[in-house]
Amino acid sequence: MLDFVQQLVSGIALGCVYGLIALGFVLVYKATEVVNFAQGDLMMLGGFFAFTFIGMLGLNYWVGFAGAVICMALFGMLAERLVVRPILGYPQFSIIMATIGLGYFLRSVSGMIWGTDDFKIETPFSQGVLRIGSLVLAYDKLSVIAATIILCALLYLFFNRTTLGTAMRASSENMLAAYYMGIPVKRVVSIVWAISAAVATCAGVLLAPITFIHSNVGLVLGLKAFPAAVLGGFGSIPGAVVGGVLIGVIESMAGFYLPQGWKDVAPYIVLLAVLLLKPEGLFGLHVRKKV
Amino acid sequence: MRFLFKTDYEDDIKLFPHSGYIYSYGLLLAVLLIAPYVLSSYLMSQLVFVCIYATVGVGLLILTGFTGQASLGHAAFLAIGAYTAAYLQQFNVPFPVYFLAAGLLTGVVGALVGFPALRLQGIYLVIATISFAFIVEEILARWESVTNGNEGMRVKTMQLGTTVSRDGPTFYYLCLAVLVLTIVGTLNLLRSPTGRAFVAIRDSETAARSMGINVALYKVKSFAISAAITGFAGVLFAHKLSFISPEMFTLQLSIEFIIVILIGGTFSLHGAVLGAIFLVMIDPFLTYLKDDMPGVIGGMAATLGAGTERAGHIQDAVAAFASANGLKGAIYGIIIVLFVLFEPLGLYGRWLKIKLFFQLFPLYKRATFKRQKIYVKSERNR
Amino acid sequence: MSYFRAENLSLHFGGLKAVDAVSFAVEKGEILSIIGPNGAGKSSIFNLISRIYPPTSGKIFFEDQDITQEPAYDIAKLGIARTFQNIELFENATVLSNLLVGRHRHSTTRLWQELLFLPSVRAGEKAHRRRVEQVIEFLDLEPYRDKLISGLPYGVRKVIELARALCSEPKLILLDEPSSGLNVEETDDMSFWIRDMKSELGITVLMVEHDMTLVNRVSDRVIALNYGRVLAMGSPSEVQHHPDVVAAYLGA
Repeated sequence: MLDFVQQLVSGIALGCVYGLIALGFVLVYKATEVVNFAQGDLMMLGGFFAFTFIGMLGLNYWVGFAGAVICMALFGMLAERLVVRPILGYPQFSIIMATIGLGYFLRSVSGMIWGTDDFKIETPFSQGVLRIGSLVLAYDKLSVIAATIILCALLYLFFNRTTLGTAMRASSENMLAAYYMGIPVKRVVSIVWAISAAVATCAGVLLAPITFIHSNVGLVLGLKAFPAAVLGGFGSIPGAVVGGVLIGVIESMAGFYLPQGWKDVAPYIVLLAVLLLKPEGLFGLHVRKKV
Repeated sequence: MRFLFKTDYEDDIKLFPHSGYIYSYGLLLAVLLIAPYVLSSYLMSQLVFVCIYATVGVGLLILTGFTGQASLGHAAFLAIGAYTAAYLQQFNVPFPVYFLAAGLLTGVVGALVGFPALRLQGIYLVIATISFAFIVEEILARWESVTNGNEGMRVKTMQLGTTVSRDGPTFYYLCLAVLVLTIVGTLNLLRSPTGRAFVAIRDSETAARSMGINVALYKVKSFAISAAITGFAGVLFAHKLSFISPEMFTLQLSIEFIIVILIGGTFSLHGAVLGAIFLVMIDPFLTYLKDDMPGVIGGMAATLGAGTERAGHIQDAVAAFASANGLKGAIYGIIIVLFVLFEPLGLYGRWLKIKLFFQLFPLYKRATFKRQKIYVKSERNR
Repeated sequence: MSYFRAENLSLHFGGLKAVDAVSFAVEKGEILSIIGPNGAGKSSIFNLISRIYPPTSGKIFFEDQDITQEPAYDIAKLGIARTFQNIELFENATVLSNLLVGRHRHSTTRLWQELLFLPSVRAGEKAHRRRVEQVIEFLDLEPYRDKLISGLPYGVRKVIELARALCSEPKLILLDEPSSGLNVEETDDMSFWIRDMKSELGITVLMVEHDMTLVNRVSDRVIALNYGRVLAMGSPSEVQHHPDVVAAYLGA
């Protein structure tokens, strides 16, 4: 039983990281119907920025964290400007390919800059553990869970309560109509990319104590966050996090209770099963084309 | 400019619309046939890979280009073809038998993947195919009694009457023949009801259904054909590499196949071939970059008046850059982005533009090939 | 027994009754028009017939066969073709291949035969083209034969969609607002073609239309719908002067 709870918590923590990356997918998808395959790589880059600020320049953890988030937000806007904006409105497949290309590029270039070693970021809560009876929970894992909850709440409020959030939802429904209604669609898209890159950075920094940062971490985790986003329905913010947590828990449980090898494929098997039963994911809306 | 007057239904059906096609493709075939006697063994080896990649590209085009079903899992089909060949070889099964068996098995697996894919659209389908590929990869790594796990499998030299070396001209001719047959078969399909049904499904499933097309059946057919072709290519791939292991068939390879058709052009079979040439030839280009570029640039710097020491530094810097680990990936990334941004119709599209430019000279308009932007969010509720 | 019959057909989306217990019959060789204000459930009836939606309740009969549960692709095979309100053509294909898709229900060749392009496939292709040419001639589409759909104007696309439906040699054709988006001349052409379809090709026509001039000119009978229910049924003039119909249109 204790093992189970322990696995559950580390699964949830891992799942929250997936959820945060998935959140980035969902944000961009909601606003522009673009699936950003480079989301995991944005996370990786955010982790490297934070590592540079904290580990190499020796800045305070929180300052470095904030610096990385700001840098990545700007980088997200830059990437959007250069890669996505010129092809906005073209078939989805083109845009997917462009972001795959962006991901390739980011992975290779950061491999060239920071090398191919693993890096670790020291955090204020790296060491401590929380003991409840004989249950031992590491602070770094709990911090991921807490941060995810906070970020989700903030994003939820942002989307549903602010004018900008409403503008984003409008431009996701119908970009042209939103444009005619006076919503600065381009700026909205740009901001969405900034936010999603910032969220990805949070994931990257929070992840650093759990997994190391290396140039392929984005690809590896991004590919786990995908099933998370799909499970959640790809258009729903709470869905992304729930999907992420599900994937994390499944992975953690499969790694513990099933023979070796199941850990990596279990999330995908579950994903395929869910898609078979509910092709639009757990929280997705099924909309039919009108003829 | 040439005008085609169609006087018979036959004119509309035949593969070569006019005699020019026969001459140019005949010439191309002749060049390809004498290639082994002219080119270096390294370039011949690359040419074999071009044939294999182009075959996979044609298979992928049927599914993605013509039926509109994106797949990021074709490496798995290639793996199934390759492993079937390697496995059956152990029992001294002759080449033609395991070649056909590999294609057949991959086709069946493709159909099985097609069934769950029926209800999926766009991004969901992409994820599902990625998931499928991961699962296959894991099975290959774990099913040790058949696949020998992560140790990988040796592929014996092909026996086809005599021994067919993987570097010899016979193997090249075999790969070329497979490619040509695949292309001809696909062209036949595309001018038949099935091919038109594929295109109909791509453009409007609703209309296709109302015209009596069993959309589910044809999607499964498309998956099966595409997978089977990839399976055939997998057998050749296994022979060419003479050793296969699960980590060769990763998502990276699936993405490379997508790059093939993306760079070549997704609307014509020419795209698969052009894209394959482009992708396979990146490697020799990078080798050239590593071996010769530092010297060339250093030499240039020296002639431009830099001191010997500085020229040496420049040479070292270029060498370091050219042999940096991620360079290939970075170049891939840039190429993909540039093609999507500036040449969405791919290399074949560029060829058509150049051709039209000369045909219409001096009246060519750039707007002829302008893409239509669709801002209305229609893809979500198709 | 009628040629085509809908019995108590209903389609509910949650609480919304898009189609509410509609019954009507079409006789062989007649042109029946369905009119009604926007949102009256006209297109929904078509979508029920072509099985895009499954009906909530009710039955559909064609040639005395219950087709309520047939899969969508079998409807075309039974000889019911349709056009769409917002044009559903195969955008990235030529006019000719669009029309050849219309021939799909008549193709008998198998996959392996097509891969080898055996003589039977070749003969089939020629036969299909012969039929398609007849339709092209019927609808004056010669200038557009090898053009891509994506480059054609709206009015032409509308005709091509009609042509594609005719290529399947239907017994019953469902026209969803054939004149929407057409100018006066094009609408005139459309009315001639619809009448010719009935008289020359012997096709039964079921049509949803807003343009009352067109309706009056071609229809044998008219059904008026509102809020998913039948208001009136009868000859064009009877229906137009029916008090409920007048009220529905004028909002009295």
